[in-house]
Amino acid sequence: MATTAIVGEKVGMTQVWDDQNRAVPVTVVKVPPVRVVQVKTVDRDGYAALQVTFGTVKPSRLTKPEAGHFARAGVEAGRRLVELRLDDVSGFEVGQELTVGQLVAGQRVDVTGVSRGKGFTGVMRRHNFKGQGAGHGNHKKHRAPGAIGACATPARVFKGMRMAGQTGAQKVTTLNLEVVESDGERDLLLVRGAVPGPSGGMLLIRDAVKAKK
Amino acid sequence: MNPTDLVDKGRLRDDVPPFSPGDNVKVHVRVVEGTRERIQVFQGDVIARRGDGIRESFTVRKVSFGVGVERTFPVHSPVIARIEVARTGDVRRAKLYYLRERSGKAAKIKEKRAAR
Repeated sequence: MATTAIVGEKVGMTQVWDDQNRAVPVTVVKVPPVRVVQVKTVDRDGYAALQVTFGTVKPSRLTKPEAGHFARAGVEAGRRLVELRLDDVSGFEVGQELTVGQLVAGQRVDVTGVSRGKGFTGVMRRHNFKGQGAGHGNHKKHRAPGAIGACATPARVFKGMRMAGQTGAQKVTTLNLEVVESDGERDLLLVRGAVPGPSGGMLLIRDAVKAKK
Repeated sequence: MNPTDLVDKGRLRDDVPPFSPGDNVKVHVRVVEGTRERIQVFQGDVIARRGDGIRESFTVRKVSFGVGVERTFPVHSPVIARIEVARTGDVRRAKLYYLRERSGKAAKIKEKRAAR
C-alpha cells in the first residue's frame, strides 16, 4: 500500500523542456492542500486511512450529518470526503494539512481516475476484435464478433466471454508515472505522460507500488 | 486562455524575432559534443510555421551540396541559441511545400521590400 497519497484535479496536458532540452509530455494536476477530517486506525476501524477533504463548499449545500462531521473534527467543510488508504497513519492528526510538497520531482507515482465514458460500444472498439470481411457474401455482419461458443459441448457460453457493452467511465490506474515537477507555490503537480479521465476530473495520486529501486 | 498556460508561461522564449514563411533565417543551434557545447548555424528558408503556444514549431529548408535538407524546430526550444532573420520573403502561401518539387532558380523566393 501507499506511504503517501493525495487528491488532485486534472488540468490538462502540455510539454516542458528537460535538462537535455528535450520536450517532455506532461499532465498538469492541480493539487490544493487537503485537510484531514478523520484518522482511521486498524484498532478502531479495521484499516488504516486518512479521511480528507479539499476546496470549499456553501454551508447550505451540506446535510446536517455532514456539517456535524466537519464540526466535530473542527475542519472547514470541503467539496468531497475522500479516503486515502495508507500503511501507517500514526504521524497524522485531525486538522492537519497535506500539500503537494510531499511529492518530489523524480519520484514515481500511480494515478487513479475515472476514464472518459464512451457509452455502449461494439466488440471492435471495446476489445479490439477484428470484425469480419467486407466481401465474400457477408451481409450486415461486418462489425459482429462471430461465434461465441460451440454446439452441444459445452452447450453454453463461457463466463467472461468478451462482448459489446459499456466502455469507459470506469476506475483506471496508470502505474509508475514520473513526477516531473512539484510546485508547492502554485499547488501544481507535473506528471510525465497521460492520466485517466477528462480535464477537471478528480485524481488520486499515490506513490508507485511497482517502482524500481 | 488555456488552463495549462500558467505552466507554459515561464518556459516560453521572449527573444523570438517576428518571422514568417518565406523568410530566410539563420538558426543558431546548440550542439553538444561529448561534454563540449558549440553553436552551429542552420540557414535556410522558413517553409512552414505551425501550432501555437509552447508547441509551436517551424520548418527551415535549405539546399546543401545539391541535396534538400529540412529541419523542424520548436520555436521555444532551449536548443536554439538565437534566431536571426536574414531576409524577408514575398510569398502568397502559409506553407511553401511546393519548393520541394522545384530546384535552381524556380525555387527562389522573391524578397519583400519595405513599403515606400
